[in-house]
Amino acid sequence: MRANCWLGRGEVEIQEVPDPKILNSRDAIVRISKTAICGSDLHLFNGFVPTMMKGDVLGHEFMGEVVEVGHDVETLRIGDRVVVPFPIACGRCNTCLAGDFSLCENSNPNAALAEKILGHAPAGIFGYSHMLGGFPGGQAEYARVPFADVGPIKIEDDLPDERVLFLSDILPTGYMGAEFCDITPGDVIAVWGAGPVGQFAVASAFLLGAERVIVIDRFPYRLEMARDNSGAQTLNYEETDVREALLELTGGRGPDACIDAVGLEAHHASPAAYSYDRAKQVARLETDRPFALREAIRNCKNGGIVSVIGVYGGFVDKFPMGSLMNRGLTLRAGQCHVQRYLRPLLDRIRGGEIDPSFVITHRLNLDDAPEGFATFKNKEDECVKVVLTP
Amino acid sequence: MRILDDGQTRANEGPAARGDRLGTALGWFSVGLGTAEIATPGAITRIVGVDNSATNRLISRTLCGARELAAGIGIFGDERPGRWLWGRVGGDAIDLSLLTAGVYRHRHEPTRLARLLFATGSVIGVTVLDVIAARRHVGPRHVSGHTARARATTTVRRTPEDLYRRWHDFDALPTFMYHLDSVHTTNGTSHWKAKGPAGTKIEWDAEIVDDRPDELIAWRSVKGSKVHNAGTVRFLPAPGDRGTEVHVDLQYDIPGGTPGYAVAKLFGEEPSQQITDDLRRFKQLMETGEVVRSEGSPTGARNAVHLLGQHPAQPLG
Repeated sequence: MRANCWLGRGEVEIQEVPDPKILNSRDAIVRISKTAICGSDLHLFNGFVPTMMKGDVLGHEFMGEVVEVGHDVETLRIGDRVVVPFPIACGRCNTCLAGDFSLCENSNPNAALAEKILGHAPAGIFGYSHMLGGFPGGQAEYARVPFADVGPIKIEDDLPDERVLFLSDILPTGYMGAEFCDITPGDVIAVWGAGPVGQFAVASAFLLGAERVIVIDRFPYRLEMARDNSGAQTLNYEETDVREALLELTGGRGPDACIDAVGLEAHHASPAAYSYDRAKQVARLETDRPFALREAIRNCKNGGIVSVIGVYGGFVDKFPMGSLMNRGLTLRAGQCHVQRYLRPLLDRIRGGEIDPSFVITHRLNLDDAPEGFATFKNKEDECVKVVLTP
Repeated sequence: MRILDDGQTRANEGPAARGDRLGTALGWFSVGLGTAEIATPGAITRIVGVDNSATNRLISRTLCGARELAAGIGIFGDERPGRWLWGRVGGDAIDLSLLTAGVYRHRHEPTRLARLLFATGSVIGVTVLDVIAARRHVGPRHVSGHTARARATTTVRRTPEDLYRRWHDFDALPTFMYHLDSVHTTNGTSHWKAKGPAGTKIEWDAEIVDDRPDELIAWRSVKGSKVHNAGTVRFLPAPGDRGTEVHVDLQYDIPGGTPGYAVAKLFGEEPSQQITDDLRRFKQLMETGEVVRSEGSPTGARNAVHLLGQHPAQPLG
């Protein structure tokens, strides 16, 4: 089959690789109908995530048709249309039973690698480094889905692929980021990053009852998307002093909760400030550039909540711990426990409360994945989200 | 999953806590001599038999005194006193070369020569003690001779009874203990065949020495086995309905001694790493029904060292 393979920093290529086979009795094989490039794939592309190997198949947002099931999968049949969550979860360990699927205790065969870097190991993730399991991803014609009796959700009605595909990652991720904020009536929520996850964090904050949502980015077309589709107020940090604007917009209180939907490759309006962290990153003195996170913490109201759904990989410098501690902030973070949100979010899509397909700007053939990566990375052609058809 | 290595714990204790009297004595000797060399360099030069010159006092204070003090403090304060004991050996070499220079310069002055030779003899004696003490600290996991201890633990969401029963089926241990080729039980003793470091094969007979249903199994190799090892697995109910804690404690020969241990560790074949992987697979087996495989790790959890042995994350051909 054809698959989009990681070859090294800044290089992906469509290669012919073997078709997947059942390895465990709870596996299913899915013929992929739609797949996508995630912002976090750019961290792999740009070489910021350790333990990648040449030839690794990328992609963790995909859906398709079940074509084969292992003998212990009783919930799926050949021909079922399914969306597959990006974290792989066994459903039977203490953590899964508590609903924290992205921290499954059993789905990462390379947990030892992750423990060395992170202390304890999170779940396995499709196409996301060997430290997170060494599982091939879904930017391919087929994928093997472990624990297929736990993760995939069946789509039994005629909702088009594009409206349900993002249940695999970015919609629940944005939703969890908003849910972390414990939104009560009157709350003002600030969201750093108007990429696809930021767009869904904005939309979800409104779904959960936020009074106002302010979104911060540097690309006018992305800010416009958040304004036009979700009704967010927008701040372009290259044109506006974010701190002043947030104080003005919140009567000096600061946002009730701040969501970091940017992560480790953040940018900064000041070239000097950007260069400082970029240089440290190049010199491996820190792995992640936490501009958005620092700003989210400093600007959050006293006693507020900082919700981190942007991806971080290792270590950050100049973390404003004093601000967090002395002002009684709550920091919440995590890879999304997608399995927890599939059913309620599918219901919201079906009920017309949200149509996630509004983020799609580019529809390409799988063979054009390398071009899609370049366009997405360089924010060319007003790119927000690339969907691929194998 | 946690791994506690007893050798590591011991290496992290100072020489006094280890009952290492020689190391302790050498530490105090360093502190005492260093203090004297710094405080009364004139007296030191007289005892050794060299000129009480400004240069020699400076050498006594810096090259010798400061060095001795640093070594003394290091031996007591560092987690790994071994490197400071080796540092003392290096310092002995400096002292000996200084003394040799002194002996040469004063070779025609009998009184001074006698003192210098006495000093040289003393340093040689101390050097021997330093080497002995330093060698005892080689290798972080050395306990005594070539035996080490490893512990690992995990929590499994099953009852102690289930886990005890599964573990007690020794013949099925190779399902999750990948370094074992086979185990055959007959009349209370079992014959074990395993992979040793670097492709070698090892075999031994083992007997159960303690067996408490749903609680504990302890075994050890029988007398006369080529590979000596002993182990205990305990099953403890985890608090608050979290399942069962499994604690494994192994004592084992290090094949090939310390160098063999270092090589095995490099390739992820060292027993304390293996037992961690074994427990991870045991947990998967008991909770999900199978050892979990990925294309990157097709045989299941292996303590990948820097991606060694990983297959690219693409379907297997």
